[in-house]
Amino acid sequence: MDNLPPMDLMRSEKMSFVQLIIPVESAHRAVSYLGELGLLQFRDLNADKSPFQRMFVNQVKRCAEMSRKLRFFKDQISKAGLLSSVRPVTQPDVELEELEIQLAEHENELIEMNANSEKLRQSYNELLEFKIVLQKAGSFLVSSGTHAVSERELDENVYSNDDYVDTASLLEQEMRPGISGQSGLRFISGIISKSKVLRFERMLFRAMRGNMLFNQAPADEEIMDPISSEMVEKTVFVVFFSGEQAKSKILKICEAFGASFYPVPEDITKQRQITREVSSRLDELEVTLDAGIRHRNKALASIGVHLVKWISMVRREKAVYDTLSMLNFDVTKKCLVGEGWCPIFAKAQLQAALQRATFDSNSQVGIIYHVMDAAESPPTYFRTNKFTNAFQEIVDAYGVARYQESNPSVYTVITFPFLFAVMFGDWGHGICLLLGALVLIARESKLGTQKLGSFMEMLYGGRYVLLLMSLFSIYCGLIYNEFFSVPYHIFGLSAYKCRDTTCSEAKTTGLVKYQDPYAFGVDPSWRGSRSELPFLNSLKMKMSILLGVAQMNMGIILSYFNARFFGSSLDIRYQFVPQIIFLNSLFGYLSLLIIIKWCTGSQADLYHVMIYMFLSPTEDLGENQLFWGQRPLQIILLLLAMIAVPWMLFPKPFILKRLHTERFQGRTYGILATSETDLEVEPDSARHYDEDFNFSEVFVHQMIHSIEFVLGAVSNTASYLRLWALSLAHSELSTVFYEKVLLLAWGYDNLVIRLVGLAMFAFATAFILLMMETLSAFLHALRLHWVEFQNKFYHGDGF
Amino acid sequence: MYGFEALTFNIHAGYLEAIVRGHRAGLLTAADYNNLCQCETLDDIKMHLSATEYGPYLQNEPSPLHTTTIVEKCTLKLVDDYKHMLCQATEPLSTFLEYITYGHMIDNVVLIVTGTLHERDVQELLEKCHPLGMFDSIATLAVAQNMRELYRLVLVDTPLAPYFSECITSEDLDDMNIEIMRNTLYKAYLEDFYRFCQKLGGATAEIMSDLLSFEADRRAVNISINSIGTELTRDDRKKLYSNFGLFYPYGHEELAVCEDIDQVRGVMEKYPPYQSIFSKLSYGESQMLDKAFYEEEVKRLCLAFEQQFHYGVFFAYMRLREQEIRNLMWISECVAQNQKSRVHDSVVFIF
Repeated sequence: MDNLPPMDLMRSEKMSFVQLIIPVESAHRAVSYLGELGLLQFRDLNADKSPFQRMFVNQVKRCAEMSRKLRFFKDQISKAGLLSSVRPVTQPDVELEELEIQLAEHENELIEMNANSEKLRQSYNELLEFKIVLQKAGSFLVSSGTHAVSERELDENVYSNDDYVDTASLLEQEMRPGISGQSGLRFISGIISKSKVLRFERMLFRAMRGNMLFNQAPADEEIMDPISSEMVEKTVFVVFFSGEQAKSKILKICEAFGASFYPVPEDITKQRQITREVSSRLDELEVTLDAGIRHRNKALASIGVHLVKWISMVRREKAVYDTLSMLNFDVTKKCLVGEGWCPIFAKAQLQAALQRATFDSNSQVGIIYHVMDAAESPPTYFRTNKFTNAFQEIVDAYGVARYQESNPSVYTVITFPFLFAVMFGDWGHGICLLLGALVLIARESKLGTQKLGSFMEMLYGGRYVLLLMSLFSIYCGLIYNEFFSVPYHIFGLSAYKCRDTTCSEAKTTGLVKYQDPYAFGVDPSWRGSRSELPFLNSLKMKMSILLGVAQMNMGIILSYFNARFFGSSLDIRYQFVPQIIFLNSLFGYLSLLIIIKWCTGSQADLYHVMIYMFLSPTEDLGENQLFWGQRPLQIILLLLAMIAVPWMLFPKPFILKRLHTERFQGRTYGILATSETDLEVEPDSARHYDEDFNFSEVFVHQMIHSIEFVLGAVSNTASYLRLWALSLAHSELSTVFYEKVLLLAWGYDNLVIRLVGLAMFAFATAFILLMMETLSAFLHALRLHWVEFQNKFYHGDGF
Repeated sequence: MYGFEALTFNIHAGYLEAIVRGHRAGLLTAADYNNLCQCETLDDIKMHLSATEYGPYLQNEPSPLHTTTIVEKCTLKLVDDYKHMLCQATEPLSTFLEYITYGHMIDNVVLIVTGTLHERDVQELLEKCHPLGMFDSIATLAVAQNMRELYRLVLVDTPLAPYFSECITSEDLDDMNIEIMRNTLYKAYLEDFYRFCQKLGGATAEIMSDLLSFEADRRAVNISINSIGTELTRDDRKKLYSNFGLFYPYGHEELAVCEDIDQVRGVMEKYPPYQSIFSKLSYGESQMLDKAFYEEEVKRLCLAFEQQFHYGVFFAYMRLREQEIRNLMWISECVAQNQKSRVHDSVVFIF
């Protein structure tokens, strides 16, 4: 065993605790090189300090500020509808300080441009609104003017557009103070966003106590809101009223509702003139706006080229400073002290990186690197490749392995897809999955670079799991002899034939066996026969038990290797040995019976054997006897199992207690003594034995463990029957779809019905069988691994 | 239906109760406040808050921060929480949630009316309004000249309309009138809210009656203290007290005749739950009273979370968040004005 080459995945990498003493000038470079390597895990030495009390808080803040600017750019770019190009940039690396200045410049430029274009946009909007008001309100006035006597009076309007004067000075000539004499009927025209019209009208009505006339017409064009840059529907209104007080009220209400009002001259010729002017100015503005937008887009595009790179750079810098904040300053303030974990194999790489950092930053003092002792348990690190990574993740999802614990993912690589396939045995479906997996693998490099949806991401991550799952399900499908639930004669002829040539009794009385058994897997003649289900059930159920017992034994054996590795003979003697005896004397024996029954073709009832082994072990087995000496063997096995339980339960806690008392030789103040010596030892090797031994706790713990194991042996074996159940469900479901959908539809001599049937069959196969069933079989396989297999040996409390 | 909430409460409000309890877990703790109090600049505060639930709201603020921005963004978070819950709520929880905002609505109305009285810009005033108390036509408040107009024009559309029945006068608005209006409205609001909670029954009624009584009593005490030395008559003063709470009715009689703060204290000390408030204060001191009340309120609000299946948690959460924002405002002001020695004066730790 010991001279085999080490396998990376069997146990996690050996770690060493290292201390780095880094001169200040090369600290940044060293940490960024280490970060690129990704093989050192720093410990936070300043955990007691709040984030803003740390050393590099200013740099972190600057990075946060820069990433805020970058987010702003990104936002602007996406608002402008530009696609940020992904093409690689050949620009040389920029320094962080330089980048900061650049970013600030760009931001100022952008903000200025935005402000300008916003101003332009606003005046453009005003003109546009004015134009719309002119068109709409003009038509009101004309139509009301034709059959109203007060045409002349309306002519003299009070235009209230003080705020409009600055932006459109050429309109000023139109504004003369109104001669409000005569009947005093005036009007205000303006525009308001459509959603507010109703409330606006109601408010006006209430404020005027009904003494007003409100006309409205929807605007033809939508107007862009400069702030949210959304298109808003607006409505033109004209309010007729009388009185000076009313006017001020209306104006206030307009203001409150955010309505803007524009003067509309009564005279049609004037109206036309103004409309012309407004239109020409609108055109001018449009040109300016367009130019502005073009300019802005150009600026944004030039930012967009670098954006991705900048973002990653700023993120990296931030990570570097965050890490630097985890280091300690030594007393002289000239160097930083860091502590961390690294795998032993990576030492050379780390040292090379550190040397490179020293060299590149022209530091006179090298970085000191030395290994230390550490009190706590090291982190777990597995070297995985793209194939084993997915399996490691399946295991890690349950819990990260304890340091140097034997790693279940080694076995999971094969057992997981295999157990999946036992539940998903159909080589037709298997081929579909295989094609999917192959597509994913073939486009691996392409898919790996682009961003995928969460579902695709999951599929892509598990592509090799999928590959193995599909291969195994083709294998199991061949054993079950199912191709979309149809059996085929692949491996020679069936062992059975009809009694006569008409074959009329085939489904009632059965067939005759006339030659050797079918070469591989289930004989296709079982299909559709009366005893198909009993036969397959018995086969799959027994197979499930065999697989389960084998896997659980595997788990217990792994616990032996764990115990041997950690040098704990106690665990081997008082945990591993009784456990394996207990499991095998009951369920191992059952497996043996199953195999014997298969080999000999005996008719014995195994339920009966197992049940009466407990109820009356001394009784004669009668016709259920499978082999000579079965009864004494059963008694011995039962006794062994009964011995194994207290063996598991009692010795370990008592031995632990004895060891504890021996270590401290009856001193009850042992703990205090060790903690005192700790203070004297230099902090490098601060090993403190936290030996707060509590016998009742240990005993209860052991009791829980033993009970869990004993009960678990029964329930876990039963749990493996899910293999049978799911495989049965899968084959029955696909039979139903095949017979009741496809064959039924094929029975009609009608192309449409056949096509519909085919479509339904394809749909059901793809979504229900290939997706839902795959998921459920996956989950059950997951559970079998996490619970039934891993609870035998896996602690999973590492980090 | 007392005692049966556990059966049916979760059908409609279970999800939201879970949400609100989750939000509660996001409230800043004493450790957070300790860290915040050590901050040197507003950027430090931002940095610390970026690790809390306020993080996403503050992360896009450019660096020279102002206290107002911090408070605004933190309030935005509260408003977002509230709106989310309101969208999910069904009757009667949605009405209950709406009730919570009426207090802000009253404050906003008063703010705008006072502002226009002193000829401030409406836009500026609108920015100062609490976003929870906004309603559509709030800007039109500036148009009104007297109470009657105020009611006719604007408030008739708002939920505050019924509370106005007691204070419609044709008098022109002035500061005194407005203050009386605020208190009358508040009184009507609290009484209405109290009635509503009693109608809901069960644990909600029990817990909310405790919380609202406290609120009513606090208002009564504040009214008494603030009206000392003004021309408000005793009867008028008494009219402003809400007709429930521990002080009702006998305490109100005594509060109405108080002439200085020590008399108020004397009245309050007759009520055991309020004795603790004054135990820390020396005689004649009224500045710290607010803080003492806040502390007592926070204690009661936190207790509301100890019971399940009632709506009080929503009220408590909103109030606690508001207190937290007040704390943040105070801390940031202290930090911004270099008055760090006073930072603990008005911060009320929630947990």
